[in-house]
Amino acid sequence: MKSLIPALLFFVISGFLFVGLYKDPTLVSSPLVGKSIPSFSASTLFYPDKKVTQADLIGEIALVNVWATWCPACKHEHPDLVALSEKTDIPIYGLNYKETDKAEARAWLRDEGNPYAFSISDDDGRIGIDFGVYGAPETFLIDAQGVIQHKRVGVMNNKIWQRDFLPIIQRLRREAL
Amino acid sequence: MIRVVSLLLGLWIGVAQAQIVSVEPEYQGRYNELLHELRCLVCQNQTLADSGSGLADDLRLEVKRMLEEGLSDEQIFAFMSDRYGDFVLYNPPVKPRTWLLWFGPFVLLIGGLIGIRQVVRANNKTAKSSTLTESEKKQVNAVIQDRDD
Repeated sequence: MKSLIPALLFFVISGFLFVGLYKDPTLVSSPLVGKSIPSFSASTLFYPDKKVTQADLIGEIALVNVWATWCPACKHEHPDLVALSEKTDIPIYGLNYKETDKAEARAWLRDEGNPYAFSISDDDGRIGIDFGVYGAPETFLIDAQGVIQHKRVGVMNNKIWQRDFLPIIQRLRREAL
Repeated sequence: MIRVVSLLLGLWIGVAQAQIVSVEPEYQGRYNELLHELRCLVCQNQTLADSGSGLADDLRLEVKRMLEEGLSDEQIFAFMSDRYGDFVLYNPPVKPRTWLLWFGPFVLLIGGLIGIRQVVRANNKTAKSSTLTESEKKQVNAVIQDRDD
């Protein structure tokens, strides 16, 4: 029995290390999940004179996608977002985070397709800080009350949509009935 | 040689440098302390004081703004952990989720001490059993006396 203890310890420690191998240390669970989206007031990419606030995002289940033209991964996920916006009726709002070239951003959406209902201009990154953004692209799932239900750090694609987002959306819809 | 040195210098300069934020002298001390207590989420093993990422620049400005608005250290830490989680605090709070982190090393230490005590005791026991019994002592004494005689 006694000689089993070191072996047991060995397996426990290796177990922790083994699980650690497959964890991405850059994924930090957001304390904002379960909380309401932060308040803000900003213009949009295509209408610099128009102000939008958090109230414009609340009312139905929606996605908030953090993107910018300086972010290569955002460009990589763009076709998937466009495809997603075409197959789902869930609105996608853009958070154009610290955009360095708005003209390029507008041209990008015109040429490559615009998945966003509108894109909030977060020029100085203040809104991003309130959303706890640390690695664009990020995608938030918010419910009809504006409570953040899930946060994805990294690119969005169909696989992640099916695996992480759809189950939550289905649950929210069941609960709303 | 000069070429190599200038190349190396170029590499060195190419490393992102933390942008300097000028802070009123009255806040400078607290500002520096706070930045060393906060993790940058972009370069995870760097503090906000060291990191050259754009987010770290923005967050340094936020810390400065909050200091100037008269917020306490606790309020500034809360601002950060509300958005990025306790992970950003290099000195995380003690709560059920972090018990393992805080007390794990002490549990291991105590476990190790108990282990050492067990081993030492076991060794003592075997040492004792190797001492002579009464009858053996008599035999030895008898042999010694025989020789002395």
